Amino acid sequence: MARVALVTGGSRGIGSAIARRLGAAGHTVAVNYAHNADAAKQVVAAITDGGGSALAVGADVGDEEAVAAMFQAVEEDLGKVEILVNNAGITRDDLLLRMGAEAWDDVLTTNLRSVYLCSRAALRGMVRARWGRIVSIGSVAGISGNPGQANYAAAKAGIIGFSRSLAKEVGSRGITVNVVAPGFIETDMTAALGEDTVQAAVGSISLGRLGRPDEIASLVGYLASDEAGYITGQTIVVDGGLAL
Amino acid sequence: MERAQIESKLTDLLVDELGLERDKIVSSAKFEEDLEVDSLGVVELLMAIEDNFDVKIPDEEAEGIVTVGDAVATIEAKLS
Repeated sequence: MARVALVTGGSRGIGSAIARRLGAAGHTVAVNYAHNADAAKQVVAAITDGGGSALAVGADVGDEEAVAAMFQAVEEDLGKVEILVNNAGITRDDLLLRMGAEAWDDVLTTNLRSVYLCSRAALRGMVRARWGRIVSIGSVAGISGNPGQANYAAAKAGIIGFSRSLAKEVGSRGITVNVVAPGFIETDMTAALGEDTVQAAVGSISLGRLGRPDEIASLVGYLASDEAGYITGQTIVVDGGLAL
Repeated sequence: MERAQIESKLTDLLVDELGLERDKIVSSAKFEEDLEVDSLGVVELLMAIEDNFDVKIPDEEAEGIVTVGDAVATIEAKLS
């Protein structure tokens, strides 16, 4: 069944692959972006060229008013959001001894506060409709930890606790809430780690390679579907068998 | 809006939005005990009232709404 989907941080990387995947599945997709309108428009064009329908919406998802305005715009143009993918995320890596409060706050705001704000905004319509899918993108860093990423790992671990709690709150209304936790995926975010770090990581991945964004998107597409209606409160790791 | 109008509109909301049985919706009925509305259902009820009557019900007032009659009185006071 075709639904209205919103993907935060949908202009690049994993978010872009998720938006395309949902578009290909026949859903109408709102592609949120923070800064890169051109990239978001390219994702929209890719979806519409494939016969789907999509819309680019700019908003800082860590900002309450911006989120409210984004939902209003999406609901006016496309209808109530039935599938929410909380994907927007940033890194501000540093060893904790050198990590400033700004680096902590920026990451927690964009990666975790956004999940709270967008989920709350989407839930109103989902509860009324007695159907909804919330899929948030976590990270193996939120499960195993990662040096230099205390802020990022805290936010990603926070998403897991948030999602389990929300799954219990709204399960009776036909709404599922899940987390997909990627390992090392070929994106700008992992490229920024540097070749040495990436090669070292590949050495501990059972499948011996980085993942592709569409390998995350395919699971998100499934969790967003009617078929996945009995899966909730889960964190599913997609990491190629990292450090098994 | 007259009290009877509020009662009628609220009853429709409870039936349509919360799926309650029309026969059981009387002024003295308690939402949680008599109508078996769960805690999330109470939140839904408040949202539905706010949207449909165009009023704002702060948390401290919401806590005082136990029965259908309480809801009607709250809405009536807001609209007057």
